[in-house]
Amino acid sequence: MVPTAYYIILSAILFTIGALGVLVRRNAILIFMSVELMLNAANLAFVAFARAYNLVSGHIFVFFVIAVAAAEVAVGLALIVTIFHDKKDVDVDEISSMKG
Amino acid sequence: MDLFSLVPLVVFFPVIGLLINLIFGQRLGEKGIGIVASLFPALSFVVSVLLAVALAQNPEGRTVPFLEWINAGEVSIPWAFQVDTLSVTMMLVVSGVGTLIHIYATGYMHQDVRHHGDPKSYKRFFIYFNLFIAAMMILVSANNYLMLFVGWEGVGLCSYLLIGFWFDKGKDGIGNAWAGKKAFVVNRIGDFGFLIASFLLFWQFRSFEFSTVFEQAAQAPQSVLLAITLFMLLGVTGKSAQLPLFVWLPDAMAGPTPVSALIHAATMVTAGVYLVARSHPLYIQVEQAQEIVALTGALTALFAATIAIGQFDIKKVLAYSTISQLGFMVAAVGMGAFVAGMFHLVTHAFFKALLFLSAGSVIHGMEHGLEHVEHDQRLRRSLKGHGHDFDVQDMRNMGGLRDRMKTTFWVYLIGAVALAGIPPLAGFWSKDEILAEGLHLNIPVYILLTITALLTAFYAGRQVFMVFFGSPRTEPPAHAVESSPIMTIPLMVLAFLAFFGGLLNLPSLHTFTDWLMHTLMLEEAGAAEAVGEAAAAEAAFNPTVAIISTVLAVGGFALAWYIYRRVTERQKSIPPARRPDDPLRPALGPVFTGMEKKWWVDELYDAIIVRPYKWLSQFLADVIDWRFWHDWFHDTVIAGGYRRISQFLSEPVDMGVIDRFANRLADSIQSLAARGRLIQTGFVSSYALSVFIGVMLIIGYFMVRLTIAR
Repeated sequence: MVPTAYYIILSAILFTIGALGVLVRRNAILIFMSVELMLNAANLAFVAFARAYNLVSGHIFVFFVIAVAAAEVAVGLALIVTIFHDKKDVDVDEISSMKG
Repeated sequence: MDLFSLVPLVVFFPVIGLLINLIFGQRLGEKGIGIVASLFPALSFVVSVLLAVALAQNPEGRTVPFLEWINAGEVSIPWAFQVDTLSVTMMLVVSGVGTLIHIYATGYMHQDVRHHGDPKSYKRFFIYFNLFIAAMMILVSANNYLMLFVGWEGVGLCSYLLIGFWFDKGKDGIGNAWAGKKAFVVNRIGDFGFLIASFLLFWQFRSFEFSTVFEQAAQAPQSVLLAITLFMLLGVTGKSAQLPLFVWLPDAMAGPTPVSALIHAATMVTAGVYLVARSHPLYIQVEQAQEIVALTGALTALFAATIAIGQFDIKKVLAYSTISQLGFMVAAVGMGAFVAGMFHLVTHAFFKALLFLSAGSVIHGMEHGLEHVEHDQRLRRSLKGHGHDFDVQDMRNMGGLRDRMKTTFWVYLIGAVALAGIPPLAGFWSKDEILAEGLHLNIPVYILLTITALLTAFYAGRQVFMVFFGSPRTEPPAHAVESSPIMTIPLMVLAFLAFFGGLLNLPSLHTFTDWLMHTLMLEEAGAAEAVGEAAAAEAAFNPTVAIISTVLAVGGFALAWYIYRRVTERQKSIPPARRPDDPLRPALGPVFTGMEKKWWVDELYDAIIVRPYKWLSQFLADVIDWRFWHDWFHDTVIAGGYRRISQFLSEPVDMGVIDRFANRLADSIQSLAARGRLIQTGFVSSYALSVFIGVMLIIGYFMVRLTIAR
């Protein structure tokens, strides 16, 4: 059986990749994908601990996260489509009309 | 049935008449209006007769309450009718003479419609006329001073409306309106006196009612009674045209002649005499007041009689004669000869109404003659100028009317002889009674009145001889025609009354004295005694006085005959250009001019009252109100001060303190915000980084805490 630590390390690696992706990428779609990556890293950590401690609450949490993520995808993609429709571009650095 | 309770009808009948004419007048037509207008005063007369019948059985009379009028706190004034011999006498005169004049006026005003082509004015005239009867009835039937004042003002209003009836005529097209205004303003001065007297009465007696006031009159302080009676006298001089307020009455002749007869000779102007007679318990208490009233009356009588001699307008002569005769009455009631004064009031109402109405008939005849002359090419040339400039009321244009207007001549002669006081006509008996009383009570007044009696006979004769005798001085009187029967029949009735009016109070019978004594004796003991004394004096018919006044009257008439027939005839030889218009003019010189110019009283009033008054109002309006109050006080003080205060509040206070604080606050927040917005870069990744760092810091914090805790 794979030790829990491995899952946690994998989860940390995925989370870091996601966080870096969010910070460095400019394409809105990629940022979005990175956010998904971070979420799923968290999901992985949840199920890993759930299995290790034999608790159901972790699984339930993961279901919640997946459901919320689905909603977030719907809203986020809709936003991106609208921005693209408006600016013909999805580069987040270009979307700065709310700049102070 | 109790006949006394009919008394409200004497007021309501004329009111019904005027309402009918007001609402249906247009549909009734001229005849209908005339019938309605004459019928209702006649009904009032019938009621007055019924009241007199009731009084004959029960002479004490009675107060008939009608309704609660004013009820406020301790003040309670009923609208109640006083039925006693005094008020019913007045009612009989007002409604009786009033009805005759109404009938006459239906004929007289017909001419007005014909000449001026305004049928609406006919309706208006009779509405005012009925309103006058109603107001006069309120005046005489009142049982308190306040109700009397309502009638007093009501008749004043009608007088004003009817003087200005032809408001578009007269000098400069506003002369008649001016005359009406003058009457109103002068009467206002008198009314002021009456009002003050009423206030004093209430202040002293806590009541306006005659009975309450008279009961307590003896206990009241002399000074208060003197003030009351003298202020009341001021009211009397206004309404009854006495010195010094008589000036409105001659101008009031601008109204139609029936108005002059009814209001300005027979009824309204006698209201003052009635007021003094009604208030006799007050006057008896203060001798000075009686003295002053008597002298006012006597002086007015003499003064007005002198002016009457110098007038040429047929109505002006009668107007001054009215003032003079009112002076007789006021002098009589002032002396305490209340019955004599009231007796003269009644006979004067007969003969002066007769004279005025006959004068109206003469004027009509002259107008007819003028119309005839104007339509005749040959006669027209004699007019010298336009027909409108010919004065049909000027006696110098008349003459010889005796043959053209027979009825008018005879009734006029009766009226003039009655006025002159030649026995056995009505004027003789009443005037003689006053003179006999005067000899007994007040010698100076007697002398003044006796001289006046001579002058009265003289101007009465002068008028008759100038108007009716000799040959026509101009063409119109030569073509005059007699008036219609609707006018001459009332004249004949009045002539009958003027002839036989003296029978009311023949020296040995004292019918009228006994009749009035019921009212004048009812008061408390002291007053009754004084009146009783006066009654005793009245009882004594003084043959000396009668002979003197008869001689003077006949002498005055004869003198008039001599001057205006003989001397005028003799002057025929003088060429017309140098012939004097009045034989008295060369004989009396400046005195005659004074009489003709009314002793310059109007000019005097103009100089000492009207012009200073106008100057004062000009001054008040221009300097005080406009320059001081408006320009200086309003503009400089109020507006300027306000502007300065608001300037101070706006500049240093508002802008300097409040605004500066608010602006500083806003500025500092703005600069803070300017710095804060630098954080908002617009780069999503930098936001994400800051979120990331924040999360790191929070997690780091918790980790550190956990580590320490462990």
